[in-house]
Amino acid sequence: MYDIVIVGAGTAGLSAAIYALRAGRKVLLLEQLSYGGQIINTPEVENYPGIKKISGFEFATGLYEQAKDLGAVVEYGKVVSLENDIPAGDEIAAAEGISPDAVIKVVHTTKKAYPCKAVIIATGAKNRPLGLPDEERLTGAGVSYCATCDGAFYRKKPVAVNGGGNTAIEDALFLSNYCSKVTLIHRRDTFRADAAEVEKLKSRDNIELVLNSTITSIIGEDRVKQLEVTDKNTGEKRLIDVDGLFIAIGQIPDNSAFSPLVEIDAAGYVVAGEDCKTNVAGIFVAGDCRTKTVRQLTTAASDGAIAAQDPAKTETPFTIDSGVPPAGVRMCRLSPSSTPSARMLKLLSMLR
Amino acid sequence: MTPIVLTADNFEQEVLKSEVPVLVDFWASWCGPCKMLSPIVDVVAEGSDGSFKVAKVNVDDEPELAERYNIMSIPALKVFKDGAIAKESVGLIDQEQVEALVKF
Repeated sequence: MYDIVIVGAGTAGLSAAIYALRAGRKVLLLEQLSYGGQIINTPEVENYPGIKKISGFEFATGLYEQAKDLGAVVEYGKVVSLENDIPAGDEIAAAEGISPDAVIKVVHTTKKAYPCKAVIIATGAKNRPLGLPDEERLTGAGVSYCATCDGAFYRKKPVAVNGGGNTAIEDALFLSNYCSKVTLIHRRDTFRADAAEVEKLKSRDNIELVLNSTITSIIGEDRVKQLEVTDKNTGEKRLIDVDGLFIAIGQIPDNSAFSPLVEIDAAGYVVAGEDCKTNVAGIFVAGDCRTKTVRQLTTAASDGAIAAQDPAKTETPFTIDSGVPPAGVRMCRLSPSSTPSARMLKLLSMLR
Repeated sequence: MTPIVLTADNFEQEVLKSEVPVLVDFWASWCGPCKMLSPIVDVVAEGSDGSFKVAKVNVDDEPELAERYNIMSIPALKVFKDGAIAKESVGLIDQEQVEALVKF
């Protein structure tokens, strides 16, 4: 039986795995698609502390190999439900050499059931669609969610980017290197993106900003030809000729497999504070799928480290008493047997 | 089987004239999702009982093939049956979804 089942092998899930494995836990990562999560779409990561520049794919692969080398087991499958604090029963008890009355959790995918002691939800988020009628039909025929994957197919052609966050700005900058023109459509007149990125945007001749506007229709038979854009303030509609539309309006989580057991907010995020503890003892949450304000690679890694703390503790009892939440996160602690070193005693005496 | 590397020269013989359906993976080295899908496609290829073939097109090496089949997003999977596209999919998908593409 696994000590910890981590749902999702993105940056948060893999980081949690590394911490738990280094603490000697037996860890399973369950992934629906492929390891790495959203970062695999990013060509250049330049804001991860300690790494000047790395591709998202290399970063993800490094993290994956690090977890695998430490002994992580990775299986592929879609998690559909989670049973909390149930008796192990005769079958699992016999297989695992535990008491049939031992209280366990069981994570179910469409194919298999995985008994475990603790669960870390690290399901991440995926690209949010605009929700327009022809969007799905024209995906791959002009509608794209990955500028770095598809930008090269629009060389010398006019395209649009929709969104106002870092991804949208980075996409617009990236595409302006290839495309004849990039129209950036954003529903507000201010950007959530970093000021430095926004400044770069304004310096490009072939980027036009269409602000306070939303895309109300994607027009085209077998491929995208035009966008109908509506000004939010005046209600005025205009048509923009484009060959491609890159949608970067944020992410959408999917944590329905854990509801209603685990508390999920109206937007679909798992409710937890910076301690990464959900409303259920022994179930933790890490990364973009958690209620939080900053969703970055660094915060995903940070969540992973925090979420793994309690389940990684050697003193974690087999049966987690749901009435008593486990102790808080300790980022740094001396083991009970540690005694101050001579150097430290000298330093302390100097302070006195 | 190991996926066949397709070029403008062998495309007709390997794909259009194939007696069995051919799953074609259009990819590029700079596309992260393509690199994630690639090993999944390899596993499906290894599992083939001969009822389908698997092949790959590097869109950088073979831009005419990408253009001929209107590739505008990658990874793109297309299944050719009797010389025509029978099924297609865009973006990273899981093994079961890839396997579903080659089932007729």
